[in-house]
Order: sequence, then C-alpha cells, then structure tokens
Amino acid sequence: MTAYETDLPTLPVEAGDPLLDLLNGFIAELRAVGIPASLTENLDAMEAVKHVPITDRETFKYALAATLVKNQAHWKAFETVFEVYFSLRGAQYEIAADDLDEADEADGEIRAEGDRGSGGDMLSPEELAEMLYRALMRGDSEMLRAAAREAVRRYAGMEPGRPVGGTYYLYRTLRNLDLEGVLERLMDAEQHTEGDVDDFDLRLRRDEFELRIAELKRQIEAEIRRRLVADRGVEAMAKTLRKPLPSDIDFMHASREEMASLRKAIYPLTRKLAARLVRKRRHGRSGPLDFRSTVRHSLSYGGVPVEPKFRHPRPHKPDIMVVADVSGSVAAFARFTLHLVYAISSQFSKVRSFVFIDGLDEVTQYFEGTDDIAEAVHRVNTEADVVWVDGHSDYGHALGVFWDSYANDVGPRTTVLILGDARNNYHAPESWIVKALQEKARHLYWLNPEPRSYWDTGDSIVGEYAPHCDGVFEVRNLRQLEAFVDRLA
Amino acid sequence: MSHRFTDVDAVREGLSKVDYLCDSGLAGVVYLADRLDKPVLVEGPAGTGKTQLAKSVAEITGSRLIRLQCYEGLDEARALYEWNYKKQLLRIQTEREADVEWDNISTDIFSDEFLLTRPLLEAIRATDPIVLLIDEVDRVEVETEALLLEILSEYQVSIPELGTMEAVQVPLVFLTSNNTRELSEALKRRCLYLHIDYPSMEREKEIVLAKVPDITENLADQVARVVRSIRRLELKKPPSVSETLDWARTLVLLGVQHIDADVAAETVNILLKYQSDIAKANKELATVEGIEP
Repeated sequence: MTAYETDLPTLPVEAGDPLLDLLNGFIAELRAVGIPASLTENLDAMEAVKHVPITDRETFKYALAATLVKNQAHWKAFETVFEVYFSLRGAQYEIAADDLDEADEADGEIRAEGDRGSGGDMLSPEELAEMLYRALMRGDSEMLRAAAREAVRRYAGMEPGRPVGGTYYLYRTLRNLDLEGVLERLMDAEQHTEGDVDDFDLRLRRDEFELRIAELKRQIEAEIRRRLVADRGVEAMAKTLRKPLPSDIDFMHASREEMASLRKAIYPLTRKLAARLVRKRRHGRSGPLDFRSTVRHSLSYGGVPVEPKFRHPRPHKPDIMVVADVSGSVAAFARFTLHLVYAISSQFSKVRSFVFIDGLDEVTQYFEGTDDIAEAVHRVNTEADVVWVDGHSDYGHALGVFWDSYANDVGPRTTVLILGDARNNYHAPESWIVKALQEKARHLYWLNPEPRSYWDTGDSIVGEYAPHCDGVFEVRNLRQLEAFVDRLA
Repeated sequence: MSHRFTDVDAVREGLSKVDYLCDSGLAGVVYLADRLDKPVLVEGPAGTGKTQLAKSVAEITGSRLIRLQCYEGLDEARALYEWNYKKQLLRIQTEREADVEWDNISTDIFSDEFLLTRPLLEAIRATDPIVLLIDEVDRVEVETEALLLEILSEYQVSIPELGTMEAVQVPLVFLTSNNTRELSEALKRRCLYLHIDYPSMEREKEIVLAKVPDITENLADQVARVVRSIRRLELKKPPSVSETLDWARTLVLLGVQHIDADVAAETVNILLKYQSDIAKANKELATVEGIEP
C-alpha cells in the first residue's frame, strides 16, 4: 500500500546484516538452552523486528518473544539470553559514550582496589547505604538502578578475564549490602513514624519492601551481567549463564532457586496431567456394544441399526502404593513425586504412601482431609517416623517392615511404586521382598533419580532389585516424572 | 490492504480509551499481529482479561466480533460449515415431479444457498472488518485442532463441493487458552504467542479505578496491595482480576474507607474460593513476618 511495503524485500540487504547476524546467534543460543525455535518461527522473528524500532527495547523484546517463545515456562530462559545478547547492544545503539567511560572507570577502580575511597567522586560506603535505603523507602526506580550500579562497581570486585560466573559476583555484592538489615531498618522506620499502624498494615508494607528489594537484586544481577558481557563477549557469557529449563532441572542437584522454580512448575503440570488423564480415560470406544441404545437409535432410520452405540468404557483405576526413600540426597525427588501423585489422586482409586530411611512409616493420613498438598508434604518431612537405627538408608530393613505390616494390603489391583536411589550403605538388600511384592501386586515399578550411568556403582544395588520389578526408570527431572505418571494412569 | 494501527502507541492508547489497560508488550504483540497478519495465541491464568482483549480490540477497530467457543467434541459442522440437509431434501423432493436431470440437482444442492456458515467460515466470508475470537482452544481435542490450521495460516477454508474460499479481508484472530493441555506445535508455530499474567500492582490499581465507580484512590491502592500480597502466597487458585474488581465493589458497597485485618478477614471469601486458601490467607496476613523469599 505505501512506500514502506514496497521497500520491504530490499530491507535485509541494506540495513539488516549486523542485526540479522545478531539474531541468528541469538536464536542459536535459544536452541542451545532448549527452547524449540523452528525455522518458520525464526523467519517470523526476522519479519517481526522489521516492524518495531530496535530502540524501543521493551517492544523489541516482546516482538521476539511472541514469535520465538511459545511456552511460558521458557520465558525466564529467554529473558536471560535476551539480556546477554541485547543489553550491551542496546548500549551500542543508545548510550555508547557514557558506557565506555564507565568501563574505563571500572578498570581504574579495580587497579586501585587496594586503597579504597581514593576515587574522588565516589560515594563512601555509608553514603551508598543511605542512598540505597532512601531509594528503597521511596520506591524510586531510577535511584534504585543507580544504587545497583554503584554497588556492583564498589563491591563485586570484578576483574577482567577472570573465569567466574555471575553468581560469585552477585554473592559478593549482596553480602556487602546486607539487605536483610536494610529490610529491618525499613520496617523499624515504618513502625515508628506513624502512630496508627496495625500488623496488617505492616505486613503489606513488608511485602512492598520485599518486592522492592527483589527488584534491586534483579538490577544488580543485570548490571553484573552487562559488565561480564562487556568483558568477555556475548557468546562466552551466554554459555556460562545457560541454565536448564524448569522441566530439565535435576532433582538431586537443584539449587534453592531452582527448587523454587520447580515448585512453581509442578502446579500447572499436575493440572495439565489431570486434564489429559481424564480425557484419555473418556476417550476410545473400546466399550462393549450397547444393544438397547443401538435399537433405540435405529428407530430414526426405520429400524435399521445404522449407528451402533457403544457403552462407555470404564477402565479400571489403579490402586497406588508409593514407598519412598526420603533420606537426604533423594528427599527432593520423593517430595515431588508424592506431590504429583496426590495432585492427580482422583485418577486412582486409592493412594497410600509410605516413607522410609532405615525405618518405615505410613504417611497417608497427612494427605487425607486436606487439599493443601504442599503442606502435607511438608508434614511428611518433619513428622514421619522414619529413623530406626542411625538415619542412613537401609532398603533391606525398610522393605522388611513394609512386608511385615502392610504386605497383606497389596493385592492384584495394586500398583507399587518404589522411589529411591537404592544406595543401601552396604546393608543386606533383602531383594526377595521385592520379588514377593511383585508377585502379589499388579505392577511394581522402581523410580530412580540417579542418572543411569551411576546405577550399580558404589553402594547402589539397583541391579539386585531390578530383575524383580516390572520396570525400573530413571526419573531425574519433571519431564521424566510426567512421562512416567502419564504411563501409569 | 491497509493496516489497522499506525504504531504501537496507537494500540495502547486505543485500548486504554476503552478501559483496557495494558503494557507495551501486549500492545506490541497486537500491533505485530496486525502487521504480520498472524493470529495471536493468548495464554495466562483465568480471569486476566484474555477474552476481554479480543473484545476491546474489536471495539477500537470498529470490527465485528465473531466468537467460536471451543468445547470438547467440537467438530467441523459446528466450527466451519454444514450442509443444510433438510433444505437439500426438500429441494430434491420438489424436483421429483418435474423431470430434472440428476446432475443438475446435485450441482444445485451443493451451492451457496444450502450452506450453513459457522463462525470460522463466516469470519472468512465477511466483507466488513472482523475480529475472530477462538475461545478456550485448549478444550478441543488435539485432532480437532487441525481444523483450525488451514484458516490460521492461509485464511481460507476448503469445501470439497465448492472449492476453496479465501478471505475477503484478513481478520484479526485471537485464540485463548487456559493451558489445561499443551497445544500442538503446528498450531503454536502459526501464531504469535502472548502470555497475559496478573497485572502489576500499579496497573491493577488503575484497573480498579477505571472499572469501579465511586472508589477512592486510597481504597483502590489498598485493594491492589492486599491482592498482590495474597498472590504471593502459594495458593490453589490466586485471585483473578475480575475477583479483585468484585472485592473492590463489595468494599465500596459496604462503605469501607480503610481496609484493616478484620475487614480483610470478613470479605476475603470474595477473592478466594477454596477453604484452605482462605484459611492460609487469613493466617498469613495476620503475621508481620513475611514469607521467606
């Protein structure tokens, strides 16, 4: 229609080249992280960025996200990559001069690290703390950003070319800022300035400050990243910052932060899984012919049974018994599995759960009569009586207790799930129990959170139990757990 | 053909005129959808204004909104088109007396006259500007999704007896999903993706001010703050924007000027619908110590 449209085909050649290269690298990195960006989506992204000004960072970011990232769980990973690729490039386009100066300054500062406070225009630590305090008090985002920059410059102690990740610098900066103390100070001030504040008000204010502090942390992280990228270049940085997507996080080695994102991921996952299982159950018309209904419907065709009607199939719902090792290293895995199994417990006719370390205890009652599964799982961790002698895993003894007390409840409709790494601390395996259980039960599966290559190394004795199980599965992350549960129901 | 919006700001301003307050990300995606002629897949928690977005866009562009509500068991006959077989039957019967060639009848009865258009076909054939809303697309089965693919990528519908119908004008298409299942790659690939999350505290306050008459700025601010604090808890169902609005309206009706712990405890059942959530919120809000981040 306008001149603009006729210009379109020539655009990539004349103006796009550096941008296209950058985009290509960006998309390659997204794929390396595990975000499935297909070729058409790649082309869409190239098309989309022609329509938005690159100077409008926010819109530019959303344009890329809308075309490349089609799953909310991938958003965080996308954001990180975007920042690495475009935060510095953004500077190139907008604030080049100022930024270069600052980099030099930072270099100088590092050289002069020994004698602190020599920089003439620098704030003293007290002044910085005061600035931070006031920025947080007022919620002034400009000031907060400035404070974050200053804090990184002063405390992170970044050295060019030093091969440490961003977390190290983040830790150093935060340790010096003492944000917990700042929060207390803010709350104190709130409590004393105004007369009529009740606990409820204070709570709201505390939430407000906590969010502001979280924002400050984000700013600090961004600043560190920006500097690292300036130092080492985009590709190297992207590689260091590469983090697994929530569904790929290893249960056994998740950091605190990763645990939080796992907990967030599990709820939508269970919802999805439940919906899928209901559908699966209703689907498929393998039910027997419904004679009565067929005859009834044949009336509208003059008595010819044109449309055979089938009874709804009523597939049998399995009866689940979960026996989970909750000793240190595998506790997280047990928690997530219990959470998932209970969240979809309507898909099973009955769920009973047992936890053990070297002793064994039934924990079904914690889940009954509550719909707060997270709370119940928490109670399992703190209240269940699972220690017999020394609190080191003893599969043999735990299975023995299970056999003595609960074996009679295992019937031909029961599916038994044993969760654990089978690291038995060189106790007796008592694998005959697994064999006997397998014979009584409908199925018996073993889920192991360790990578398959570690099985049967050291004190792991999965191999002893495996021949007696209907299946032994490696379940290291949510993706594998989801796949297994999907199969089960 | 011409575009509906001149730039991203035009989208944002237009939307805010009809009381739909959005951020630049959302406006940017709507703008791109218009420029690239691509459908938008909108995901997000319930009650964050996904459906409202389509309605508002229709309003500001002066387009007619055609809505296809998806449900389990939706089929071609309900989504695309259907032959009006009763009318066809009548036609055959009236022709029976007159000695008409079979060929004539068969071409006759598969003509436009006997076609019942359903929302998707209607959107394609319309000559006036259209916003097509395909609501809760995650409710249909994976197999049924394939019905949508042709119309979403080519803006055309193929009818075996009539041939391919191409769009007279490219409608702006919104698909919403509550994410109860993963949509197929094929569908996602054809769409721009937009995730609408709960609004920030400031935006929620603006929404409350815009939508609830007679509310004081002070109260709106408090409402937004309390809701934000409640959303930070790990709940089964965090309050949606529409529930926030209900709560704000209730408070105005009750003549509340200032929310304190008692008011919150008495009315929190408007925000939260699960007993365990209510108990948790009441317990949490009564303590000053925050949840450890």
